[in-house]
Amino acid sequence: METTALLEHRGIKSNLATVDAAPTPVIQIRPSRGWVSLKLDELWEYRELLYFLVWRDIKVRYKQTVLGIAWAIIQPFFTMIVFSLFFGRLAKVPSDGVPYPIFSFAALVPWTFFANGLSMASNSLVDSANLIKKVYFPRLAIPLATVLSGIVDFVLAFVMLLGMMFYFGIVPTIHVVWLPLLLLLALVTSLGVSLWLSAMNVQFRDVRYTIPFLTQLWLFTTPIAYPSSLLSEPWRTLYGINPMVGVVEGFRWALLGTNTAPGPIIIVSSLAALLLLIGGAFYFRRMEKIFADVV
Amino acid sequence: MSDVAIRVESLSKQYRLGGKQERYKTLRDTLTDAIAAPFRRAGRLWRGQATGGAELDETIWALKEISCEVKHGEVVGIIGRNGAGKSTLLKILSRITEPTEGFAEIHGRVRSLIEVGTGFHPELTGRENIYLNGAILGMKRAEINKKFDEIVDFAEVAKFIDTPVKHYSSGMYLRLAFAVAAHLEPEILLVDEVLAVGDAAFQKKCLGKMQDVSREGRTILFVSHNMSAITKLCSRAMLFDQGHLITDGPSMDVVSHYLFALQGASATAVWTDFSSSPGINGFKLLSVSVTDKAEAPMSMFNIEKPIKLKIGYYVSVPNLKFRCAAGFYTRGTCAFYTLELTETVRERVGQYYSMVYIPGNLLAEGEYTVGISVFASRGKKLHYCRADDVVAFQVYDPVTGDSARGDYVEGLEGVTRPRLEWQNEYAGPEFASR
Repeated sequence: METTALLEHRGIKSNLATVDAAPTPVIQIRPSRGWVSLKLDELWEYRELLYFLVWRDIKVRYKQTVLGIAWAIIQPFFTMIVFSLFFGRLAKVPSDGVPYPIFSFAALVPWTFFANGLSMASNSLVDSANLIKKVYFPRLAIPLATVLSGIVDFVLAFVMLLGMMFYFGIVPTIHVVWLPLLLLLALVTSLGVSLWLSAMNVQFRDVRYTIPFLTQLWLFTTPIAYPSSLLSEPWRTLYGINPMVGVVEGFRWALLGTNTAPGPIIIVSSLAALLLLIGGAFYFRRMEKIFADVV
Repeated sequence: MSDVAIRVESLSKQYRLGGKQERYKTLRDTLTDAIAAPFRRAGRLWRGQATGGAELDETIWALKEISCEVKHGEVVGIIGRNGAGKSTLLKILSRITEPTEGFAEIHGRVRSLIEVGTGFHPELTGRENIYLNGAILGMKRAEINKKFDEIVDFAEVAKFIDTPVKHYSSGMYLRLAFAVAAHLEPEILLVDEVLAVGDAAFQKKCLGKMQDVSREGRTILFVSHNMSAITKLCSRAMLFDQGHLITDGPSMDVVSHYLFALQGASATAVWTDFSSSPGINGFKLLSVSVTDKAEAPMSMFNIEKPIKLKIGYYVSVPNLKFRCAAGFYTRGTCAFYTLELTETVRERVGQYYSMVYIPGNLLAEGEYTVGISVFASRGKKLHYCRADDVVAFQVYDPVTGDSARGDYVEGLEGVTRPRLEWQNEYAGPEFASR
């Protein structure tokens, strides 16, 4: 008796809802085949979750560490010192006419953002296994949040970079307005690679062991310790296929005014990064259906 | 058509089982295999045969051709043994995992609760975790803001709301986790076994909240092993076994069907094979049954009616002296234990029966299992038989007003429920002790 009353109650309610032109959402569940849509609209719908995930990552990143947020600076700073000693002093690597420490640091700041984002985001799905197995939300939010949360570290390291520029008496050029876009390029690259690796990592934990190795190799194939001007054209532009080349050369050009005119490199890098991101996103979405079963 | 909340059509889900069940015989085999395995796997990957790190060639259908419909406002219990496919169904409907075949449709805002405290971070404070967990469960920030005080009140953690949850006691942690989940307000709620955590008081609170939610006319799919919760909360239940939907109907019927047809333990247990039946030292258990007075085997007992426990056994050595005992277990505790008052001698070889009546109005509502023990402890200490969970039954209260609950219809604690007479006495108009 009670249930029928409730049913009627519901019936009335849902009728009202239809009259008010607020359609009840209908979710259809069926096995997906082949390439699936990116469902970016859904990701947008879950933007608050994305916000909270970023916020969580930032909050807990340096919890229970002694040095805390200082780690954001320590990493690139000490790498810069080692590079300056060995490449700058001993090997006398050229530095496009600016002091070697600032030359390498300007590259290490975006590089650290990229590399940390990459290594954390690639493990992010596996680290969130519990979440993936228990709750539904667009899985893209996980690596995206991880990469985004690295921006805080970047900002701190960037402030340090500005301090160093002041120390060396270098005034940033007008091209500094391009910096946000260059940061975006680094972000897109980092996310693009992470989408591939994080999705693969769910199935093949080998990826976890590949990442430190990969970032190390990538570090040396990116002109951080040396300038890309060591290469002659067209090789130098082609070098931009590694998207981080565009980022690093762009940073130096915008901040230090190195006269390297990286325009073509940045265009090549942007295309490469975009390709990486789009391919990664589709691969990720395609693999997404097995995440909860395999992770 | 508009009052259908969930429609499921021949839904199937296949899982791959990783790892062939191979036994390593020697250390050398183990080592050579460990060295060869990556190459074999790589080779298989290369040929596109495997998809994962493990050797995935066995599959299992966790769900097979499930079709059903749930109407708006229905509260449906889903029961079955572990691995029956209950959770898989919930996970598919929650979109956590995809079906292999088939189709499902959900009309309305749906939220699922597979676990409480998903995404809680130990380093974050209670306040921060409420927001994080709320967002993970699909609440909007404005919604959480609005319900924040209510959540904190329900969880009873107001004093510690700005303390990292890693310093919480496990009880506080659970209360907070459930509080967030309990304040979800979807039209359709999918719940998986979340009531199975925490202490008795907490479980009671959760159950109460669930009852409130179900009274608000929301559609609930509720997976549980707690049969009394199912019968209390749900009007309808579905029974799953090995991926198939076995029965679908009024929860009382389905629950009793489950307890008897599927739980292995039934109202009667019979051992026909002498060598496998429990018992040593000349004693063999033959049968155990719970019945009504007329010895009709029964799964569900009216709380007011007596239950007859009958133990059949065979004695192959003359003059065995022992006593029979039986323990009645429910919800992980022993409701009571009963035994023959003295040890008696069974002089002759042959078959015997020992019987005892459990009076009506003794056991509370719920599921019980019975364990049998036969032993001698006076003089020569000897164990003859020990068998746990041999039979199972359920006690229900039809709430006619004659049982121990009288005209009180809400939840009652305790594993026994004697019908006791209360008396009132007028002691004069003064407010003082005499």
